[in-house]
Amino acid sequence: MNTEPRQRNNAACGLAAILILGMLALPYFLSSYYLGLAIEMMIFALFAMSLDLLVGYAGMASLGHAAYFGVAAYTTGLLALRLGWNVWLALPAGVLMAALTAALFGLLALRTRGSYFLMITLALSQVAWGIAFGWRTLTGGDDGLPDVPRPALNLPLHLSWSLAGSTAFYYFVLVAITVATLLLIRIVISPFGFALRGIRESEARMLALGYNVWRYKFVAFVLAAVFAGFAGCLYVYYNRFVSPDYLHVARSAEVLLMVILGGAGTLIGPAVGAAVIVLLQNLISAYTERWLLILGIVYVFVALFAPNGLVGVFLEYRASRIKRHVKRLNS
Amino acid sequence: MAFWLIQALNGISFGMLLFLLAAGLSLIYGLMKVLNLTHGSFYLLGGYIGVAVVRTTGSFVLATLAGAFAIAVVGVVMERFFLRRFHLQELPQALLTFGFLFIFSDLAMVIWGSDPETMPKPALFDHSVQLGGFYYPSYRLFIIAFGLAVAAFLWWLQEGTRVGAMVRASVDNEEVARALGINVSLLFSLVFALGAFLAALGGVMGGPIVGVYPGADFDVLLLGFVVVIIGGLGSLKGALFGGLAVGLLDNFGKVFFPELALFTVFAPMALILAWRPSGLFGHE
Repeated sequence: MNTEPRQRNNAACGLAAILILGMLALPYFLSSYYLGLAIEMMIFALFAMSLDLLVGYAGMASLGHAAYFGVAAYTTGLLALRLGWNVWLALPAGVLMAALTAALFGLLALRTRGSYFLMITLALSQVAWGIAFGWRTLTGGDDGLPDVPRPALNLPLHLSWSLAGSTAFYYFVLVAITVATLLLIRIVISPFGFALRGIRESEARMLALGYNVWRYKFVAFVLAAVFAGFAGCLYVYYNRFVSPDYLHVARSAEVLLMVILGGAGTLIGPAVGAAVIVLLQNLISAYTERWLLILGIVYVFVALFAPNGLVGVFLEYRASRIKRHVKRLNS
Repeated sequence: MAFWLIQALNGISFGMLLFLLAAGLSLIYGLMKVLNLTHGSFYLLGGYIGVAVVRTTGSFVLATLAGAFAIAVVGVVMERFFLRRFHLQELPQALLTFGFLFIFSDLAMVIWGSDPETMPKPALFDHSVQLGGFYYPSYRLFIIAFGLAVAAFLWWLQEGTRVGAMVRASVDNEEVARALGINVSLLFSLVFALGAFLAALGGVMGGPIVGVYPGADFDVLLLGFVVVIIGGLGSLKGALFGGLAVGLLDNFGKVFFPELALFTVFAPMALILAWRPSGLFGHE
């Protein structure tokens, strides 16, 4: 196994290229139902990766991440539905709203850590849920907002590309998610990303090194909300609907499960975790109404048997293979 | 005047139920640093078992005991076989307890269906008493008295008994407590069982006034969190004070601002959080 970093990078780039080519070709093979499933997987992959920035890199376990997903979805949905704003205005407005919410919540939540942080992010997200649920005149309350229009991309020179069809919308989401993922990778491998890892390992040491730990955590908190909000905006356009369920604790916990199931601290892990959960949900819901029960069992199994996620399982498998290989060489 | 008194008593009696829930949440966190997300399920399942027992035997006392003890056993099983492996690892603990919340919630749906159940009041308290110029249901007064009695008992247990001293020692320094020969792992199981017992007690006692319905587990869990955020995790005094505060805020909020009911509870919580991140009586 002579994997020099450069070679490994090349291999990763090759894999990514194959993946993207495969994704580009998908609409030619899949029916619109499965294409929808693929869209959902991509959106939740981004949502999970955004949370991983907090959980996996900065070591802050949030149980209220759906708040930013939902706030952005409501903002974009309302602006598109009530004021007829186009996607170029409504989508950034949604993301901005998610960032502002996170900045406000972050001021409160970042004063704590550990279990307190978990509980407080949960309680704060429930404030957002309470508003969505209670303020019927604005949000439609429990019924949500139906009939959010699929956007059309109004490009310069009066070119308009409608995203109403599932293939067109699929490509729109694919481009959006690819760009967002590249940005996330850039963040994670930047000095900022390494500082977050340092904070995860030892806050005291980073303080001693002169880092303004609070500011790093605050920026990470808002950035994670920005990407979660972006995923939420895409989801409201995809589903053409938004309801208080978008910001419920159950969704916050689900995205945390995706992160842990895949493997926190890597970007690929949570993306895989999201794909697995979305796929399972769609497959199992077709056969039984007991999806919640099965999801609950998945939570327990992941905690018991795969605390480092699928990536962890894969790495252990590879390590044991290398060990066996070395033993064979020695004997 | 009567209006204010009635609403205040409604708020206080609901606050006592929240105290029962939050006391367990707080004790469990104080000793073993577990944030038990299954606590809402303990409340809900206790309520359902209580309703089932009252239907078959007609005895409220029996229903209360059956619900509370059955859930205490569930708590011990959860602690011994699942939570114990993840001592001081908050992420797996959160996944595990959240998973059980889903499992119990769906099982309750399978067994008891999705219609809300109401628990009949015990015959002894099924009437109203005259308080000054108005009539008030005696059952709610009974809950207030009962809650205060539980608070006094827990205070005595913690401050006045040998077991309480052991728990306090383990909270302060678990390793030294172990070295001194205190059976800390037994204490963990006991305290977890006590917490589950109290939550289930809240579920049965709350049955006649709040009802037992799918989703109650999430609702009370969140209110319980607000209680311990306001009062401070790990503090009995905080659970009592926070319970009363949230009960009153919730009740008056529902009366005066029905559209933003939750807000009257969460806005003060956010303020307290900004002022004292570890709650009014918490220390960290």
